[in-house]
Amino acid sequence: MRILRLAGRRLAASIPTLFLILIGIFLLLQFAPGDTVDAMMAQMGGGDAATARELRHFYGLDLSIPLQLGNYLWRLVRLDLGFSSIYGKPVASVILERLPPTLLLMTASLSFAFFFGLLFGVIAARGVNKWPDTLISIAGLIFYATPSFWFGLMAIVVFSIYLQWLPAGGFEDIGAVQTGLWRTIDIARHLVLPTLTLGLIFLAIYLRIMRASMLEVLNLDFVRTARAKGLDETRVVTRHVLRNALLPMVTLIGLQAGTMLGGSVVVESVFSLPGLGRLAYESVVQRDLNTLLGIVFVSALLVIIVNFAVDLIYARLDPRIVAEG
Amino acid sequence: MDALKRYFRSPAAVVGLVLLLIVVAMAVSAGWIYPREPLALAGRPLIWPFSNPRFLLGTDNSGRDIAAQIFYGARISLLIGGVATAIAIAIGVLIGAFAGFYGGWVDNVLMRITEAFQTLPNFVLLLVLVAVFGSTLTTVTIAVGVVSWPAPARLTRAEFLSLRNREFVQAGRTLGMRDIQLILGEILPNALPPVIVYASVVMAVAILLESALAFLRLSDPNVASWGNLIGLGRDVLRVQWYVSAIPGIAILLTVLAVSLVGQGLNDALNPRLKAR
Amino acid sequence: MSELSGAILTLEGLSVRLPPGADRPHALSGVSLSIAANEILCVVGESGSGKSMMASTIMQLLPNGVNIDGGRVMFEGRDLAKASATEMRHVRGAGIAMIFQEPMTALNPLRTIGDQIGEMFSIHTDLSRAAIRAKVLALLEDVRIPDPKAAARAFPHELSGGQRQRAMIAMALALDPKVLIADEPTTALDVTTQAQILALIRDLQQRKKTAVLFITHDFGVVAEIADRVAVMQHGSIVEQGIAASVLNAPQHPYTRQLIAAVPPLTSPPPRSLSDDIILSIDDVSKTYRTGGFLGRGARVTRAVKNVSLKLPRGATLGIVGESGSGKSTLARCLVRLIDPDAGAIVLEGKDWAKMAREDVRRETRHIQMVFQDPFGSLNPRRKAAELVAQGPIVHGTPRAKALADAKELFALVGLDPSASDRFPHEFSGGQRQRIGLARALALRPEVLVADEAVSALDVSVQAQVLQLLAGLRQRLGLSIVFITHDLRVAAQICDLVAVMKDGEVVEQGLAGDVFGRPQHPYTRALLDSIPGGAFARQHEAPSLAR
Repeated sequence: MRILRLAGRRLAASIPTLFLILIGIFLLLQFAPGDTVDAMMAQMGGGDAATARELRHFYGLDLSIPLQLGNYLWRLVRLDLGFSSIYGKPVASVILERLPPTLLLMTASLSFAFFFGLLFGVIAARGVNKWPDTLISIAGLIFYATPSFWFGLMAIVVFSIYLQWLPAGGFEDIGAVQTGLWRTIDIARHLVLPTLTLGLIFLAIYLRIMRASMLEVLNLDFVRTARAKGLDETRVVTRHVLRNALLPMVTLIGLQAGTMLGGSVVVESVFSLPGLGRLAYESVVQRDLNTLLGIVFVSALLVIIVNFAVDLIYARLDPRIVAEG
Repeated sequence: MDALKRYFRSPAAVVGLVLLLIVVAMAVSAGWIYPREPLALAGRPLIWPFSNPRFLLGTDNSGRDIAAQIFYGARISLLIGGVATAIAIAIGVLIGAFAGFYGGWVDNVLMRITEAFQTLPNFVLLLVLVAVFGSTLTTVTIAVGVVSWPAPARLTRAEFLSLRNREFVQAGRTLGMRDIQLILGEILPNALPPVIVYASVVMAVAILLESALAFLRLSDPNVASWGNLIGLGRDVLRVQWYVSAIPGIAILLTVLAVSLVGQGLNDALNPRLKAR
Repeated sequence: MSELSGAILTLEGLSVRLPPGADRPHALSGVSLSIAANEILCVVGESGSGKSMMASTIMQLLPNGVNIDGGRVMFEGRDLAKASATEMRHVRGAGIAMIFQEPMTALNPLRTIGDQIGEMFSIHTDLSRAAIRAKVLALLEDVRIPDPKAAARAFPHELSGGQRQRAMIAMALALDPKVLIADEPTTALDVTTQAQILALIRDLQQRKKTAVLFITHDFGVVAEIADRVAVMQHGSIVEQGIAASVLNAPQHPYTRQLIAAVPPLTSPPPRSLSDDIILSIDDVSKTYRTGGFLGRGARVTRAVKNVSLKLPRGATLGIVGESGSGKSTLARCLVRLIDPDAGAIVLEGKDWAKMAREDVRRETRHIQMVFQDPFGSLNPRRKAAELVAQGPIVHGTPRAKALADAKELFALVGLDPSASDRFPHEFSGGQRQRIGLARALALRPEVLVADEAVSALDVSVQAQVLQLLAGLRQRLGLSIVFITHDLRVAAQICDLVAVMKDGEVVEQGLAGDVFGRPQHPYTRALLDSIPGGAFARQHEAPSLAR
């Protein structure tokens, strides 16, 4: 119960941060050349100044900036994200349509990166400075240096073009309408390459952190105590070292949540996935500022939720946190 | 200096340094080896690498020399990487130092701002900045720097928080030193080394960020950058995949070099951690 | 070395090699000793003597790069140095158990105490879970931990230092090992807790007839519990024998030096004190409020409660107390590193406690501080001369003159003036404290506050620095406030003593009175807790030159 109260307190403290972001981005977007109406007019193929004035008045874009900001925040509290001029739908519904692929991709990539990062980090730390460690560390370094979009393209070349094992893009086969298990398998096939691509850099990061964390914990006093009690090395690692070494990894999930969302922009573009990331890109290119603001809001919200979950997990793992209150 | 000797004892660090020097050499010598404008049409489009002695690495979709673009691209990557990193470190150290030293409400306010920057995915913020301010080389560089300052700020703040309670800082206070003397003279010289090492990470990320922007055609299209070339190569990926492959390898090697040098510096300056 | 009959553990000519680049080639050279059942053997030595390395060698828990290159470790007819990893695992915990110095870090912070003690049983026996739980409770009762049931469910950070050490002892003795190795188990504890743990170890040892190898740097502890003693220096044993004979008739000069360095508890005869009060502490209080959400549920700690003390000119006022007594907070209030919430600190007629920051910076030259940590109190990136000259430079002295003065100060504190060009890491701990002293004296203060200034030093170095302080007090007419947790040190150098507990002064007066005829029960408890008190009282040491 205290864990929930603690995490809840941190969550409440993020609300001002959220507002800070929204206000900041809103004000920033005021500097953008052209606004929603200009984009709409471009879509409509031009129009005269009178139409522009009417449209601006209709959307409340001719009010003063503080008033616009107030309007926007007030609508936001009621979860009304405005109207997308490009898609002709409320921003909220556009975002909701695009959310599932992104969430799926992020969950898959995170799981992949965390699991294998943990595994290889432990292996590297156990055989530190011997060949498994060197091999794993070099691989980690190379993965870290690889631009994700380039890896995606090369993966498409190898697996889709030459080997023809996996599809080159898209979320599912548009032609065939499938349901149930077949649909799941189809989506899974489409997500293999994107998951690998997005997860690669994070795999490298988790690997390095896990290795360093293991090495640090292995040097701590209570590990010496465990050995002095007569524990064999494997049990020392599993019963004493692992849980302590996991703590920085868990924190890292929260810290990297934002970066992963950012990475999905690029990966979704490479693989033509209909997700939130690609929506962000399209809004920038098409100057759909309402949608962009909506995406900023949803991204920040996602990061905050992930951090909340991480706080809960961390407090569950480490009893000292609750004590410090 | 035994830090220098320690650096050269690590084979990885030496490899990194050599690679980095090669990239720098490419950037510097680009004007002599390829005196013509790199984005000018040079020959037939889509010539394969190693098939024509005039175009060692082939030509791209428009018939421009890929090797020339690689050499000139080194300039762009190093420039953007270096300047953006400098901006990020400067802002980050400033904010982190004041937050860590003064604590209290100063720390609270500065950390809220830092948190705001970190909660928003940095690439999304980059997109917003590019949407607002445009895609010239200058704006992209500044944008990348602005997006990257939170991490050095947190690092600096952590260093200041731990150092400000050390007894030699308290001794300085009892001797009558002012706050600014304590910050600049006592704490900063001790806090900077890990931040400087972290600069290599920032630079690696900066180069990757800019190339991602370029790939999405959101960076400056008038310069020969590696990211631009990869984006171009996407259109001909099926057959002439080398147009995308080659600049990607260049990015990989450069970022790898920067990371290795950073790691080598870290190990050289922190010999106690050699047990790793 | 012939095996004593009944010897359980014998070290024969043991040598341990260090990796190249260490300050000497061998951590241990030709160490031979033996312990019999039912006796406590104390191994005494200062830092770097190799005593902890010996403990690690017996348990075969040496760090990477450190290896045995000679001698045998005989236990139960086997040479442990040649034992296989599996054999060693059976010996550890069941045959030979170990307890360490820092109970906070020696226990896994993420697992409960009961869990970790129970692990001993699950490794070496196959008792059921319920049986293990019962045994764990019995063990916790044995070590007299308050509320054993709650302690078993608690995490290490929820217990106090003394309770954690009791839990560690319970864990070590779980399987009734033949030998218990105790590596400085009481050094990190308060004096009163220390006494309790020592008594506990002695009691358990007598009941279970365990052989105890007790490692310490404190001869007082030796006097308190040892049956036999071995003295180590630079990796070899310089003297060993029955405790009584080594303590009363030490043969080796190093042993004599160590024993002489232990400050006795009888204070030297009182000096006459001036009537002029240079520093007056009137009703000073400091309260901390931490945590709490919007002002509710905050933890309020009253670190200093209405403390009033007076320091006559030229005298030394000692403030003694254990951790949490508020003495460090008070010390920091005296130099305005912390701002007191209430009360007055009158120095040379000005109330220091309420001064504005600007004035504090100017007036701070009158009262200076010497810090505890010889490693942390000097900026590692500045040369020694610069460190000493910093104060005068900040206050306006031209740089050249300040540096020249610094060299003179070096000579004053007993350091070679030409060494002032070196960096702190090139000096030893004792030398660094001298530099700290020189830095404090550079501004020619009237009052010097020494906050645990000798606590982090080896015993022999401690004695030298105390001598230096006494000498300087005479020459420069300094008035000193001396903060310490070690009553023996306070007895030597202080004219007046104030005893603090939980933020309050419970007793104060002339040193001779407070130590000789303590009034308050806490003072009496403190004095009784000093290890080897009886030995110290009868042992005459040369009094510090006045």
